[in-house]
Amino acid sequence: MSADLISSRQAEVIDEFSLFDDWMDKYEHLIELGKDVPAIDAARKTDDHIIKGCQSKVWLAADEQADGSVVFTADSDAIITKGLVGLMVRVLSGADAKAIAEADLHFLDAIGLHQHLSPTRSNGLASMVQQMRLYAAALAARRA
Amino acid sequence: MVSNSLPQRVRPDFPILSREVHGKPLVYLDNAASAQKPNAVIEAQKEYLSNYHANIHRGAHHLAALATEAYEGARQKIAQHIGAAGTEEILFTAGSTDAVNLVAQSWGRANLQAGDTVLVTRMEHHANIVPWQMVCEEKGAKVVPVNVLEDGTLDLEDFQQALAQHQPRLVGIVHASNTLGTINPVAELCAQARSAGALTLVDGSQALPHLSIDVQAIGCDFYVATGHKAYGPTGIGFVWGRKELLESMPPWRGGGEMIQSVSFDGTTYNGLPHKFEAGTPHISGGIAFGIALDWMNGIGTEAIAAHERALVAHAHDALGTLPGVRIIGTAPDKVGVVSLVVDGLHPYDLGTLLDGQGIAVRTGHHCTEPLMTHLGLDAGTLRMSFAAYTTREEVDRAVIALERAIHMLS
Repeated sequence: MSADLISSRQAEVIDEFSLFDDWMDKYEHLIELGKDVPAIDAARKTDDHIIKGCQSKVWLAADEQADGSVVFTADSDAIITKGLVGLMVRVLSGADAKAIAEADLHFLDAIGLHQHLSPTRSNGLASMVQQMRLYAAALAARRA
Repeated sequence: MVSNSLPQRVRPDFPILSREVHGKPLVYLDNAASAQKPNAVIEAQKEYLSNYHANIHRGAHHLAALATEAYEGARQKIAQHIGAAGTEEILFTAGSTDAVNLVAQSWGRANLQAGDTVLVTRMEHHANIVPWQMVCEEKGAKVVPVNVLEDGTLDLEDFQQALAQHQPRLVGIVHASNTLGTINPVAELCAQARSAGALTLVDGSQALPHLSIDVQAIGCDFYVATGHKAYGPTGIGFVWGRKELLESMPPWRGGGEMIQSVSFDGTTYNGLPHKFEAGTPHISGGIAFGIALDWMNGIGTEAIAAHERALVAHAHDALGTLPGVRIIGTAPDKVGVVSLVVDGLHPYDLGTLLDGQGIAVRTGHHCTEPLMTHLGLDAGTLRMSFAAYTTREEVDRAVIALERAIHMLS
C-alpha cells in the first residue's frame, strides 16, 4: 500500500516534469519548487540535523508516526538543492518505514536530474537519501 | 582591450574545446582546477604507450633506454624551465599535494621539534596546510597563519610581525592564489623569511601555467608545482629543492629505485633525485609534462600572462555591471582567476545554472576553507579561471549566462 504511495508520487513528479524538455526550463521549475518548500522548523535547523555536502548544506528531520510511517522535513541553503530535497520529501514523507527503506527511487533518473544523486555530487542530496533510508530501516527493524 | 590573436592561434591545438555540453558549445572556465590538453601532450602519451613503453632506469634493452631518456629529458626540461641548478634538484612527485607531503614528511619529520612553528599564509590551498598540520601534530610543533587583507593581498606587516614573533623553521607561501588570483611578492617574502632564519617553500601550482618562474630569483628553498594545471597530464608534479638541502634530507618512501644496495644487514640509499622516487613512476605523465612545458614555451609564458591579465581586467569590468555582484580578490597583480559572490544567492545554484548553459566554472571553497572563513564567505565563491585559449567572447558569454542565472534565482 505504502510502496504504491511512493510509486504513484514518483509518477506524479515525472508527469509534472514531462512538460519541460529544455534543461533551463526544468531548473526554472526546480527553483520555483525550492521557493515553495515549507522549510524545516527553525528550531530544528541545528548541527544535529545537518547533512554536510561539500558545498550546499542540507538539514533533515525525521518524525516517527504512531502508524509506523515517517514524516520528513528538510531544508537547504542552496535553492536548487532545496528544490531537489523538496521533491525527495514529497515522494517519501508519510510513507511506511519499510517502504521508504526499500523504495526504488527512479524518478530523478526519469526526469533527467539523476546526476544530482551521484555520491560525487557535492550537494549533499545523496547523503540525505541515505540518511532517510537508514532512519526508516532502523524504525522498520524496531517495529518488526 | 583583449586581443583574440593568442586564443585563435592555440584553440585548434585543443580537441576538447570543440565539444558541446547540454547542447551548448563548451565554455571552459575551470582552468585553475585543471587545464585542458593540447594535441602535443595527448600525442606524446600515445606515442610513448604505442612505441617505447618500458620500465625506466633498469632495463638492459632498447625500449628501456628510450623510455629512460625521454623521462629524464622531461626532468631536464623542468629544471631549465624554472632555473634549477641541475636535474638532481628536480624530484618527480604525483603532483603538488604529494610534493608538499614529501617535504613535510622528509624535511619536517627530521627537523621540526616541539615548540617549533611553520608559518603559512591564510590564502594557502589545503595542500600547503594539512601536510604541515600532520607533521606538526606529531612533533608538538604548530602551524601559524599570516593574515590576508580585504582586497586579497597578503598582510605584509602581519607577515613581518609573525616572523619576528614565532621565529618559524619554515614558511609556506602560495605563489599565486587559486581562489583570489593574487600573485604574492614571493622574492621579497622569501628574503625576509631567510633573514629571520626560516626555510621557504613556495607552492607554484597556479603560477606555473601563468608566469615565468625562476627559483634563483625567487630565492626560495623548495618550489612545488603540478603538471595538469599547466596543460600537462594529471598525476605528475615536482619538488625543486636546493641540492645540499635535498642531500641532507632522509628518504620518505622506501622501495625499488630509491636504493643503492639492499640487505637485511642494512640498506643504502640511492643519490639524488632517485632517493626520493621509490617505485615505478608515472612515466608517460613525466614525458608529457615535459611536452606541455615545450608547448607553453612555444607560445611564450609572457604572452599567456599578458592575455590572461587582459581577460581579468575585461571580466572585472563586465561583471561590475551586474547587480549584486562582488568580486572577491582585487589585488593589483593577479593570474587569470576571478572569484565572485552575488548578494543573497548561493554559489552552487549559480554554478549549476551556468553549467546548464554550457559554462564550466567551480563553486565552493576551492580547497581554501580557512580563507573563505576569514573572508566570511561560508558558502564559498563562484570562480572563473582562464587559460591561453580563453577568448573575450567566452568571458562575455559567461557574464550573460550569469546575468540569466541571477534573474532566475532572484
